[in-house]
Amino acid sequence: MAKYLLKRVIYMIFTLFLVASITFFLMKLIPGSPFNSFEKLSDVQRNILFNKYGLNDPLPVQYLNYMKNLVMGDLGVSFQFNNTPVTELIGNRIGPSAILGLQAMIFGSIFGIFLGTIAALKQNTWIDYTSTFIAVVGKSVPSFIFAGLLQYYIAVKLGWLPVMFWRGPEYTILPTIALSMFPISIAARFMRTEMIDVLGSDYITLAKAKGASRFQISVKHALRNALIPVVTVLGPLAVSLMTGSLVIEQIFGIPGLGEQFVKSINMNDYPVIMGTTILFAVLFVVIILIVDILYGVIDPRIRISGGKTK
Amino acid sequence: MNDKEIIIKKDMFAPAHIDPSKSEKISKPSLNFWQDSWLRVRKNKGAVISLIILGILIIMAFVGPMISPYTYDNQNTKHNNLPPRIQGLENVHWLPFDGTLKRRDGTEYNAYEVRKVDAYYWFGTDNLGRDLFTRTWKGTQVSLFIAFMAALVDMLIGVSYGAVSGYLGGRTDSVMQRIIEVIVGIPNLIIVVLMILILKPGIIPIIIALTITGWTSMARVVRAQVLKYKGQEFVLAAKTLGASDSSIIFKHMIPNMFGIIIINTMFSIPSAIFFEAFLSFIGLGLQEPNASLGTLVNDGFKSMIAFPYQMIIPSIMIALIMICFNLVADGLRDALDPKMRD
Repeated sequence: MAKYLLKRVIYMIFTLFLVASITFFLMKLIPGSPFNSFEKLSDVQRNILFNKYGLNDPLPVQYLNYMKNLVMGDLGVSFQFNNTPVTELIGNRIGPSAILGLQAMIFGSIFGIFLGTIAALKQNTWIDYTSTFIAVVGKSVPSFIFAGLLQYYIAVKLGWLPVMFWRGPEYTILPTIALSMFPISIAARFMRTEMIDVLGSDYITLAKAKGASRFQISVKHALRNALIPVVTVLGPLAVSLMTGSLVIEQIFGIPGLGEQFVKSINMNDYPVIMGTTILFAVLFVVIILIVDILYGVIDPRIRISGGKTK
Repeated sequence: MNDKEIIIKKDMFAPAHIDPSKSEKISKPSLNFWQDSWLRVRKNKGAVISLIILGILIIMAFVGPMISPYTYDNQNTKHNNLPPRIQGLENVHWLPFDGTLKRRDGTEYNAYEVRKVDAYYWFGTDNLGRDLFTRTWKGTQVSLFIAFMAALVDMLIGVSYGAVSGYLGGRTDSVMQRIIEVIVGIPNLIIVVLMILILKPGIIPIIIALTITGWTSMARVVRAQVLKYKGQEFVLAAKTLGASDSSIIFKHMIPNMFGIIIINTMFSIPSAIFFEAFLSFIGLGLQEPNASLGTLVNDGFKSMIAFPYQMIIPSIMIALIMICFNLVADGLRDALDPKMRD
């Protein structure tokens, strides 16, 4: 296990290094400078600005400086927001994104597992068909389409919930629902297949023969075993939530990471783009690692060789 | 009970006449791979209906801009923000095609009568007075084009990469696989966004950005298949007969994995549509006056409260296309994947 972990962590660091380098060089390729809007600047003034941010140094020097600072956790200062350090700028925005992501993940997987389970228990009834329909729609339709339709029908037309912004728990409901449609559908589909599989196995027949109640069989015997493989999809789900949050935050005006990312793209604010990119990459790699480890912990049958035997 | 029992005697039986010439006769018509698959796809009602809807949408994407009297980029600011109105259907009030809009205080008014406009805009107009019917179909056309091209390029790169990697094996294979692992490790969202920043938004840059990360899953699937076929008799036979490596890969192996390649391509089309719409949404989509479904939804959002139809129509279009593609892909997977065969 330790060897496996070490290998994975080394891989992870290498990937992150690569992401940081690629991002750095791609940023340098982008046409236009962050000071394009200050067209009235004279060449001298422009030079002073460029010198101040080290943009006149040769590329390798800039790269080394950036990497050195990165290792020490310094992501530079923003060009556009009054020289605010990027770490501070991003740090303030992790909160809302994390709340939104976690809520969507928890609500999505619980509701999805519930839907999938009842669909499997009531196979080929209208409950099953409804759940399949929800799963297909949730998987196919992009989250920002849901966001738009929810915003229009629930918030604007019916006025039940606030349209946008981030001022309290009731403001989180619509974005959470929009973002959780994908987790719901994936969890429901997966759960249904697994549950049907498990329900047909011998130990369920045995439990029935013993005279266990229907509820006991489905919750105690079937559900727990069917849940194991569902853990595998949590990783891709978390990643998809990250993609979705970029747009959802934009639509609902949530001051999160995604909104910052989009804003800095439109402003050519290199240090912030790089900072957010690297943060996204770190999240991505760490989530996948955690899910892989979790999978081994939950299902003893697939424990990586060398693991503890109890 | 006993009296109902039928007594069966030996002399009731006669040996069947066996015609040795007919013993090899096949009673069912022989079906090739495609006929067999089509029979199985046909059983899946959802897939067939989706296929029909997709067909109609694709035809409309080309015919729609032609049957409309307006062009997609013609601006007529006198006619801006008009709601949808269709001849005939305008008299049916519960349909949203009667040309009425709601004021803030909730009262309804007919925008066409108030503004004395005689024309009919089937899906309404946008804030610059461009006809949304034409723009929606034009946008569908562009979105589908991007998706098909991206899927095609993914397929070409993925199949060649996977086939070469699997066929050559050894050190080449492990180097090529490490490269894939690193690419998969980087969130594709970030690469796509950065590529668009560099290449500047447009149809070709979007296709390039989508294919940079999109081909990996195809390459993995194809490599696994090639590894499977590599040791099989028909490949060994071809090799013995002196077939070249490339003809073994492309003439003997690839035709055997058409099913899997098609399934993979079908799943990459909706994901390309999604990414295109996503890019439009964060301001990296096509530039005016070009339209894709993503930019239309994005524009619609800006005036959602006053003119909801501008957002709802393209939204429904994206949703419909995505659902249909997913259902067709699911149906094809069930029909073509030999593992699922009953």
